Amino acid sequence: MVLTAENISKTFNRRTVFREIGFTVVAGQSIAVTGRNGAGKSTLLKILAGLLTPTSGSVRYAVSGSVHGPEDIRAHLGFVSPYLQLYDEFSALENLRLLSRMRSATVASDERCREMLTRFGLWDRCNDQVRTYSSGMKQRLKYVVALLHDPEVLMLDEPGANLDADGIAAVAQIYESSQRRILIVATNDRSEAERCELKIHLGTGVS
Amino acid sequence: MNIVKYGAIVLLTLVILAGIGIPLSPAPQSWLEFPVIPGLEEKARNIFFHVPTAWTTVLAFIVSMYFGFRYLKTRNLEYDLKSVTSAGLGLLFCILATVTGAVWAKFNWGSFWNWDPRQTSIFILLLIYGAYFALRSAIEVSEKRASLSAVYAIVAGLTVPFFIFIMPRMMSGLHPGAQGDASGSGPLFESGMMAGNMRILFYTSLLGFNLLYVWLMDLRLRVARIDTEIMDQRSED
Amino acid sequence: MNLLARTSAVFVKDLLSEIRTRYALNALLMFVITAVAVILFALRGDTPGTIVLAGMFWVVVFFTGMSGLSRIFVSEEERGTALTLQLVAPPGVVYFGKLAFNVLLTLVLVAGVTVVYLVAFPGFIIQTPSIFFVTLLLGSLGLASAATIIAAIVAKAGSRGTLYPVLSFPVVVVLLMTVMNATIKSLDGEPFSTAVVDFVVLISYVMVMTAGSFLLFEFVWKD
Repeated sequence: MVLTAENISKTFNRRTVFREIGFTVVAGQSIAVTGRNGAGKSTLLKILAGLLTPTSGSVRYAVSGSVHGPEDIRAHLGFVSPYLQLYDEFSALENLRLLSRMRSATVASDERCREMLTRFGLWDRCNDQVRTYSSGMKQRLKYVVALLHDPEVLMLDEPGANLDADGIAAVAQIYESSQRRILIVATNDRSEAERCELKIHLGTGVS
Repeated sequence: MNIVKYGAIVLLTLVILAGIGIPLSPAPQSWLEFPVIPGLEEKARNIFFHVPTAWTTVLAFIVSMYFGFRYLKTRNLEYDLKSVTSAGLGLLFCILATVTGAVWAKFNWGSFWNWDPRQTSIFILLLIYGAYFALRSAIEVSEKRASLSAVYAIVAGLTVPFFIFIMPRMMSGLHPGAQGDASGSGPLFESGMMAGNMRILFYTSLLGFNLLYVWLMDLRLRVARIDTEIMDQRSED
Repeated sequence: MNLLARTSAVFVKDLLSEIRTRYALNALLMFVITAVAVILFALRGDTPGTIVLAGMFWVVVFFTGMSGLSRIFVSEEERGTALTLQLVAPPGVVYFGKLAFNVLLTLVLVAGVTVVYLVAFPGFIIQTPSIFFVTLLLGSLGLASAATIIAAIVAKAGSRGTLYPVLSFPVVVVLLMTVMNATIKSLDGEPFSTAVVDFVVLISYVMVMTAGSFLLFEFVWKD
């Protein structure tokens, strides 16, 4: 899997958030998107995930010979973000089952759900409605949803938000086990950014 | 654009003078006389003003839809500007058409409003324009405003063929062409029934109003562009 | 088929959510009862004719629909789940899944209004049931298809309260006039064949609205 971003720019209301963003990453590489608040980190990630249309430029995913836009790789994409909430009238298990069926027409297996929920310390609360979760638990559940289908592209917007020490440890594991993934992280935390090979600083360009 | 501007002025002046000035006579001898249409007589003059405004408002809406569609395809805000400008003019002509129609209704059929299918249609178009601008005023981000109003214009436009062509046929009404009207022909005007010179004046009026619309579009677009330039200059300072 | 399963997943999600929270159903039920009560008070024992009954029937249906049919999109935006949905499902899947839910909701709504009318208005006698039920079905399909795309627009526009009826009414007015026509015929006991022309209009409306909404939905849904 190769992700190529070319000449991406985004303008809101005649105000340019960023322009001429371009880079290429392959499986196994990670890229950190940094910048002060409001610089457009979340915006860029949304564009890469196909959730937002760029004002100009293109995002292309090349996988086994064919090239796709972000809309076609939904089954291979995982995204954790403050902007992506889960359904709080449903339990964690119900969320996993419903979302996996929407994503790939098949419900995730029970063993897979159990494995992921246990890894993030949510198994004992798996049948409680998400509205009863603390913000840390909700964040951990977002990770479960993003990793359930073992995606080839993983995007993390503010990975450490709302997490306690256990949660942060679980996330650190993700970095270790992501050799086959493309990892894109938007963060202001310098230590998190240091873990990535490539860096884009919004405001001054690629380094 | 000068041709359009002067063309509009000349043609519409001609139409106003001729439409109001040319006398009626039961057996028109010369070219400068209109035949008397039983039941309509002097009121027939309205046809030179009412029908072209109704036609122009529909045209303006179709143009607005078209530019909305172009925006969706290209995401170029210039198309959105053209779309909303046309809609604004369309609203103006729609109000004119509704008012001239109500005036004609009063003099011909006794009351200003009868819920005749075509009167209802122009009223629905007025509601569509109103809803379009209500939607636009609710959104602040220009890109979102452009795409949502373009979609709404197209969705609303999809219903227009229904109430312009189908409904009047289905329901009886006062306009020509409705169910129950034996002489009923085309949707817009009884072309077969108009005398030659009236027909020419009518088409002239149609052309004049269209030119007026094009001219006003041009003026408003130029003003809007200057406005945005001023705003850009200000934000740079 | 893959897409069909994913679409039904969206539909099932909305259905389960509704069953669990009963949000829309409560609003609709209360609105119908309130609206009919107001009409009864206003009539003061007068028995309206079939034209008025048919008209009021669909007026109540329209306004009740306006209070409940936008929920499927507005709730997603309000709770921040819209992007999650957009991430996992393509626009076509989201559109048809939610359209299916709104069709179901509208069918339940018109059935409810029918029952309330039969109870509240002794003059409401359906003499030609075949016309009536086909009208209910086609009318529900039509109302749902228009209401769904407008709901999507309103949700993205910040869904200020009065915007939904203001945008919906001009689009739906043709539908309302046609179903009112057909309903009058069913109350008057006209033969089925007289309503066929109305049904043709309704079917074309449903097809045009659904196809148009489907093609345009992506431009509303995706920012």
